[in-house]
Amino acid sequence: MSIEVRNISKSFGAFKALDNITLDLPRGELIALLGPSGCGKTTLLRIIAGLEHADRGAVILSGQDASDKHVRERHVGFVFQHYALFRHMTVFENVAFGLRVKPRSERPPEKVIRERVHRLLELVQLDWLSDRFPSQLSGGQRQRIALARALAVEPQVLLLDEPFGALDAKVRKELRRWLRRLHDELHISSVFVTHDQEEALEVADRIVLMNKGRIEQIGSPREIYNEPATSFAYGFIGTVNEFRGRVEGSYVRVGNDLLPHGRTDLSDGSSVVAFARPHDTEIVKGEGGEGVAARVNRILTNGAITRVELLANGEAREGKKDYFEVEVTPDDLVALGLSTGERVRIKSKRLSLFGDQK
Amino acid sequence: MAGAAAHLAPHSGSATRFEANLATRDTAWVKVAVLGIGLTYFAVFLLLPLVAVFVEAFRKGWEAYLAALVEPDALSAIKLTLIAAAISVPLNIVFGVSAAWAIAKFDFPGKHLLITFIDLPFSVSPVVAGLIYVLIFGAQGWFGTWLSDNDIKVIFAVPGIVLATIFVTFPFVARELIPLMQAQGRDEEEAAITLGASGWQTFWRVTLPNVKWGLLYGVILCNARAMGEFGAVSVVSGHIRGETNTMPLHVEILYNEYQFAAAFAVASLLALLALVTLSIKTYIEWRAGLSTSEEKTL
Repeated sequence: MSIEVRNISKSFGAFKALDNITLDLPRGELIALLGPSGCGKTTLLRIIAGLEHADRGAVILSGQDASDKHVRERHVGFVFQHYALFRHMTVFENVAFGLRVKPRSERPPEKVIRERVHRLLELVQLDWLSDRFPSQLSGGQRQRIALARALAVEPQVLLLDEPFGALDAKVRKELRRWLRRLHDELHISSVFVTHDQEEALEVADRIVLMNKGRIEQIGSPREIYNEPATSFAYGFIGTVNEFRGRVEGSYVRVGNDLLPHGRTDLSDGSSVVAFARPHDTEIVKGEGGEGVAARVNRILTNGAITRVELLANGEAREGKKDYFEVEVTPDDLVALGLSTGERVRIKSKRLSLFGDQK
Repeated sequence: MAGAAAHLAPHSGSATRFEANLATRDTAWVKVAVLGIGLTYFAVFLLLPLVAVFVEAFRKGWEAYLAALVEPDALSAIKLTLIAAAISVPLNIVFGVSAAWAIAKFDFPGKHLLITFIDLPFSVSPVVAGLIYVLIFGAQGWFGTWLSDNDIKVIFAVPGIVLATIFVTFPFVARELIPLMQAQGRDEEEAAITLGASGWQTFWRVTLPNVKWGLLYGVILCNARAMGEFGAVSVVSGHIRGETNTMPLHVEILYNEYQFAAAFAVASLLALLALVTLSIKTYIEWRAGLSTSEEKTL
């Protein structure tokens, strides 16, 4: 089922949770709604499901306006962050619930229910737990049961609200891989909400990056990571070095330092914020010349890449010092011969600049 | 009146651990003194009166005891008490469940006002509660003339007693369920709806099973109060023997007429009811404790 969201706005009191959101989600994809907490991603998911009502706008499912359709009639499967399993029912009854509450004319016979539930439990690899109660399961098992329960009614779209949010790191990683595999098997259109960029980059076909009730960028994980469209996208995804300053010819003046930017379309004197990934940033020895001055704080060697953490020379902003991070190959590290406390300069050949709104 | 969630919590083993630890153990005389005060207080103020009720009831022997209970006025009082409870308890279940459901699961204007007003019968003296109904339905009351014109009797009749009983037992079920339902949140109901359940199915299959112990707890407390209520019922009853006397009122009349054995015989029934209520209550607490501790073990 394709999902279209048209000009959705939603406020809670004075707080604007969603501000005129328009979104097209093609069928069959696994899509991540990514953003910091409070950005409206869960609200958007709940509006798509029908659990929340939008103040304005429309939700179109499979080409039909579903805005006034009841949750029951939308055929969405919803997986809750805290599982929301029925605590007084066994795992089997939890999964069978959606089939048992069907109107008599549509309800499959008991034998079919039994078969289907066991097939789903096998799918989530938990058939051996069918007689247990939710309280006897681990968090990861509960979430898989919740997923099986949602799939039992054969929804046209699967919506997952921070599905791994309440789990510890190891289980989370395992379930992530498992969700991806499940999606590749079933090809059911799925949307999941997460605030974990790593999760979104790893699992999703497409990421919708949200901030403060608006969409910042939509794209494949590669696009989101390599070509962030806005300064927020740059800052939110991955580790990044951030420089704020003013354009001066082919340089950005950051404090007393000059950072070459290589762009020609910038007017002198405009405020900009510049970003560079750690692997696109280089360290230059010596105190003079171009680049932003910094001091080597720590050299972290674990694995093939060495990460050099640097402390900015400038004044502390808002009470905290700026740190930079540069990734160096072993060869370069030897060639540079850095030592802790050494004064160096950093610059980047791939600097991305955005107008500074602050 | 704390919520079920609070006082249905399972007892932990911390007391034994505390006692076994040399560093936290109290001296012997402190233990004896505290235990002594507690037990004496319990014996004098709780156990003694309870024993006295049964001793006095059987003072004139089994036959006199039974005779006092099967006497027509006593039977009529028992019947009226059962009727009042049989009407007020189901009504308060319906009200309590719907009020708790509305308060816990929905946001609507006037929600806080409703929560506050549910407690009103607890904070108002039962006598006042009775007087309210006299003022409204009594001969000199607001609807008095209309009621007597249509030959409907409320005050000094069974309807008045039922109304007064409903009023004083009003909060029991709702008060138990509201904190319980609030703690459980809306997640499971929302899950049920996304799975295609209707509102009615969601209620019967998800909401009600989740609160069943809290509900039962509220119901037996409600029932105990409905059968034992004196003040409010006394005001609206008129004390007509064999017609508008409930058991507590009947006890008072017998006592005032110096029929002590008979008075205590009927009173012993009420005491028995209290004991039964207590044991059911303990059982429910144990069961509810069992299900919450199950939830805690992962």
